[in-house]
Amino acid sequence: MQLLQLSGRTLPDRLEVGQVAWMQAVIDALCELSSRDPLTGLANRRHFELALASEIDRVARAGEPALVLMIDIDHFKQVNDTHGHSAGDLVLKGVAQALQECVRPMDTVARFGGEEFALILPNCPPSFGLTVAERVRLKVQDRAVSISPGQQVHVTISIGGAFAPQWVRSSAPLWIERADQQLYRAKAEGRNRACLEQPTVSLVTAEEKGLLFGTSKFQEFE
Amino acid sequence: MSSTDNSRNADAAPDASPKPGRRAKTMAITSGKGGVGKTFLSANLAAALAHRGERVLVLDADLGLANLDVVLNLFPKVTLHDVFTGKVPLEEAILPAPGGFSVLLAGSGLVEYSRLTPEVRDQLLRIIETLAPRFDHILLDTGAGISDVVLYAVSLADDVLVVATPEPTSMTDAYATIKLLTTQQQRSAIRLVVNQVGKVGEGRVIRSQLQLVVDRFVVPMLPEGAEPPMLELIGEVPLDPSVRESVQRRQLLLESMPGSPAARAVEAIASKVAK
Repeated sequence: MQLLQLSGRTLPDRLEVGQVAWMQAVIDALCELSSRDPLTGLANRRHFELALASEIDRVARAGEPALVLMIDIDHFKQVNDTHGHSAGDLVLKGVAQALQECVRPMDTVARFGGEEFALILPNCPPSFGLTVAERVRLKVQDRAVSISPGQQVHVTISIGGAFAPQWVRSSAPLWIERADQQLYRAKAEGRNRACLEQPTVSLVTAEEKGLLFGTSKFQEFE
Repeated sequence: MSSTDNSRNADAAPDASPKPGRRAKTMAITSGKGGVGKTFLSANLAAALAHRGERVLVLDADLGLANLDVVLNLFPKVTLHDVFTGKVPLEEAILPAPGGFSVLLAGSGLVEYSRLTPEVRDQLLRIIETLAPRFDHILLDTGAGISDVVLYAVSLADDVLVVATPEPTSMTDAYATIKLLTTQQQRSAIRLVVNQVGKVGEGRVIRSQLQLVVDRFVVPMLPEGAEPPMLELIGEVPLDPSVRESVQRRQLLLESMPGSPAARAVEAIASKVAK
């Protein structure tokens, strides 16, 4: 109960709604609490990994394209060192808010740990990937975070992204690893940029099928 | 060899003692689409190779949905699962199969290993490295589809054999597999077996058709200077009712109907693989 109170949750009146409904509300609140990052209110790492696993299932079954973005705040240590940790917390919150503002309701925005965030974008076609990543990057870059009255800081982020290979059953660690590699690349290339892995070429296009089945040579055997 | 209920052919099991300086050739057998006769081919090819005096191990790399045990009518007490979990030493999981070769079975329902975790990666690699000196051929029977596990198993093998049938869906999946292997693993030589062909020479036509599409669409995607992928048809297996019959009787075709057209075709493939 204390946990829920501390997190600022309000529960319905036990007498008013009855024992069962009240209990359900407590369980819902606890579930919610266990999947959130307390500082930013984003999904926490546990929730992120569950969401990623179910996204992998969907990709393997339905062949929907899906993108994972790993995001890291550039030079975050400097913010902490220069302005103190409470300023650092405000920056984390500010970035979290910016991330949430530029995605769809179906997307998962998570705090992966420290100053690292992660995004799952289901049903994101490969041709849109970089556009989305750039939109996220600019949103954070343009945002001023107030850290004290009259004092604002700007931070930038580096983004690494990888698509789940369509109709391939991947694994969460592999997918994250591939996005992470792109994040390292973004960092190495000078930060404040987005790098995406080239999507897997596992699809067979209509043109390819046309050539595979279309020529007269094959029809001799029909 | 371990004492299991299914060691009825233990006498025929090959001498699996290490010979210095020799190392098995590993070949992954894959298809993209399921149900094209991959496991049938793995088992009967292994038997044909064993018949030629080669020491053969078939490793069931279909970790999620293994059915080599079904094809061979084996009920293993010890499987790869037990090796992975450290319950038994690797040696105990190697079973003699009818047909005179050895098998390492995954056991059905190994779902937790159908995803490629670092542990599965390391285990598969270790198993192949440990066993390579004791055999002439290790065949990796991979699962249907192109999962991480399949791609990884294929990446461990010296050669890869793609099984396709003349069905359009199978050809499309075979092509997708070939494309993935050439663009992601830089494989330049891929072996092809066309199963269930209706007419003599159909395999040759399908090979050249696949090669045509590879040349047109895959080669331009490869990095400059990369060797263009070459499909080698190493055999076609005719549509033959004796195959279905042997599978239903859960016997090896090579043992139950050795003179059948399909059995002869598999023997011809074995003679090419043995070279």
